[in-house]
Amino acid sequence: MKNKVAITGNEAVAQAMKQINPDVVAAYPITPQTEVVQIFSSFVSNGQVDTEFVTVESEHSAMSAAIGASAAGARAMTATSSQGLALMFEMVYIASSLRLPIVFPVVNRALSGPINIHCDHSDAMGIKDSGVIQLFSENAQEAYDNMIQAVRIAEHPDVLLPVSVNFDGFITSHALDVLEVLDDDTVKSFVGRYQPEEYLLDAKNPVSMGNFDMYDFYFEHKRQQVAAMEAAKKVIEEVGKEYEAISGRKYGLIDAYRLEDAEMAVVVLNSAAGSAKGVVDELREKGMKVGVLKPRAFRPFPFEAVQEALKKVKAVAVLDRAETFSTLGGPMFADVRTALYDLKNDIKVVNYVYGLGGRDLRLEDVEKVFGDLADIIKTGRADKFVNYLGLRE
Amino acid sequence: MTPFNRNFGQGRNTKAVRLDMNWKELTKAGNIYEPGNAATYETGDWRTIRPVWNKDRCIHCLICWRYCPDASIISTDGKFDSFDYKHCKGCGICASVCPVHAIDMFSEDEIDRREEARKNEE
Amino acid sequence: MATLKELAKVEERFVGGHRLCAGCGHGISVRMVLNAAEDANVVVGCATGCLEVASTIYPYTAWNCSFIHSAFENAGATIGGVEAAYKSLKKQGKLDKDFKFVAFGGDGGTYDIGFQSLSGAMERGHNIVYVCLDNEAYMNTGIQRSSATPMGADTTTSPAGKVVPGKQQPRKDLTAIMAAHNIPYAAQTAISNWQDVHRKAKKAFDVEGPAFINILSPCPRGWRYNTPDIVELVKAAVETRFWPMYEVENGKWKLNYKPKKYVPIEEFLKPQGRFRHLFAPGNEHMIKAIQEEIDNRWLALLERCGETPELPPK
Repeated sequence: MKNKVAITGNEAVAQAMKQINPDVVAAYPITPQTEVVQIFSSFVSNGQVDTEFVTVESEHSAMSAAIGASAAGARAMTATSSQGLALMFEMVYIASSLRLPIVFPVVNRALSGPINIHCDHSDAMGIKDSGVIQLFSENAQEAYDNMIQAVRIAEHPDVLLPVSVNFDGFITSHALDVLEVLDDDTVKSFVGRYQPEEYLLDAKNPVSMGNFDMYDFYFEHKRQQVAAMEAAKKVIEEVGKEYEAISGRKYGLIDAYRLEDAEMAVVVLNSAAGSAKGVVDELREKGMKVGVLKPRAFRPFPFEAVQEALKKVKAVAVLDRAETFSTLGGPMFADVRTALYDLKNDIKVVNYVYGLGGRDLRLEDVEKVFGDLADIIKTGRADKFVNYLGLRE
Repeated sequence: MTPFNRNFGQGRNTKAVRLDMNWKELTKAGNIYEPGNAATYETGDWRTIRPVWNKDRCIHCLICWRYCPDASIISTDGKFDSFDYKHCKGCGICASVCPVHAIDMFSEDEIDRREEARKNEE
Repeated sequence: MATLKELAKVEERFVGGHRLCAGCGHGISVRMVLNAAEDANVVVGCATGCLEVASTIYPYTAWNCSFIHSAFENAGATIGGVEAAYKSLKKQGKLDKDFKFVAFGGDGGTYDIGFQSLSGAMERGHNIVYVCLDNEAYMNTGIQRSSATPMGADTTTSPAGKVVPGKQQPRKDLTAIMAAHNIPYAAQTAISNWQDVHRKAKKAFDVEGPAFINILSPCPRGWRYNTPDIVELVKAAVETRFWPMYEVENGKWKLNYKPKKYVPIEEFLKPQGRFRHLFAPGNEHMIKAIQEEIDNRWLALLERCGETPELPPK
């Protein structure tokens, strides 16, 4: 049975967590994630979940406790934002290295300093190379759907990696949205019961985890993680198909919007993809061949899917809601450009950094990007490949 | 859920890890599935002095067992049995805590020399 | 109290073949503590440090039970997570076996970097035992001072130099801080009295809720004493009142051992290379300051324990 509700992104994610009914949640409040923790603790207080809720004293301990719980054989979760994710970075890296399928929503917020509470993706980009699967969500519906699928992806025996579900702070987390939630039993049977192969609380088969791994074995264990990430690409698609069967909503590695015959495309994560799609619809009416590529999985990076979706376009703008300060633009730019390089199609790829610290991405900003791409195609030249959108120059 | 049986080197399938194993064969995440398998690793060659048991003096109080950092006092039925020379590092604590001086420490070199001498005599 | 004959029959949970230095206090302390868990199922957590790196060199583990290490500063949170999982799975009927949980950390991982994580775990009331193996410095990285390092000690970051004679600050009183968390059980013990260690470890495993035990665990390399003399040295720490043995059970402080006579701190300092410089002319004031600190802390402890606050007779 499907059920339409008007709730915020945070409420949707808390709802998903309730339906997943994890064995352990360890979390610490931080704006704009706080509501997730608050709402979930009311589920605990009212006996609506079986979860042991560990009210840790920091995000570092949140992930540490989730690691202990997951290693012990529990389905474990945490949730965070911004500084909290930065503080837990050490443990995020360890969680993936220990191959623990911990699911955690990340409500994207700018990193200090100066301190700022609004949306950008600098928090998520800080863990992009830590071996964690990163799913991104355009709206509350996707955040909800991603949470439920994340459990299956994380726990798949070929994967066994943490999965973070990203959605935009305030824009998605606090805005009221109409979405469809599944009924409890459907979610319950979809996620199934977590049955790890080895776990600390197996009295018959004790296991040592987190051992001292020297130069003679460490490298091989890192290589295993890469294989798990590679396997995750297929698993994300498989789980997406299964999820479509119960929800009617399609999920894959990427969301290709009106790209079939597109000459120009923007690549963008999370809520800004919604704005970009709106602009694309308008420009299409004016006869421009434009489209949007929204990576749903950013880690693992859907290299092949991006190539396939963009191979026929002439110019691409990658919109990054984070800086790398490398002077080479945003983090996603490098990945997309790398994917397109080997096609040898002379696709011009430029970068726009936008929306830092919660700066709005206006529709005219996206229009300007497509205008720039049209110029690039016309002149065949892309002189400036890193640009700032919505910045007072 | 998919059954956990198609793991590439990620499960319990490698009881004894070897140096020549590739990444597919090694255990997942460096997990160790044999509790206490360090017992198969010998630290006895660290020893420069060796505890030797004086059977006549021993009162089997097991204080030596209590204070051995390397669990290298083997006891049977609540009595001193023997030293585990495969793991004993020769710290000398057992001899030091023994209330009746039933453990003497001898230099390994000295023991080697005596062994050598005895063999030569034979 | 069980006899050693009986205790020796308990299955060894920390086996030989670990790579701790010869004569390391940790090997003794860990064996004593785990032995007190008798035949229970135990999960051990461990902070990064000598114990962890020496006992789990892949593919060998010295732990004859389930073991988890994740990082340096989070043994409290990690074992707390394990315990939360246990509670959850148990209450849902997904697990039938009973378990006990213990985490080991050195003084660096407990007094310093892991302090917050430990405090949080204690405050939340997890049913865990946390054991600090206090060897009074960061030994694993090569003997740097921690907040557990005693005043005057020569370490690589508080070196005894021409102007500064070793560490200038007295040690943090972690056991008292843990007791201030109002946990059911906090205790300080020393391996020189194995019965005391055993009794406290057993009690810590048995109480419902968090328990903390601080064990003085000498490091032959860092302290620079004659390795076989470990028990004599720890005995001197207790007799000089440098390391009092006490316990705080449900808020009630109890002194477990009162030296019969006043033993000056030199008895503890002298056998150790890390304090050698204190006996050079010109450093008398340091020994005096150390002694004063010890006497003051002793009097305060006696008061807390409801005893007459007086020094032992000289």
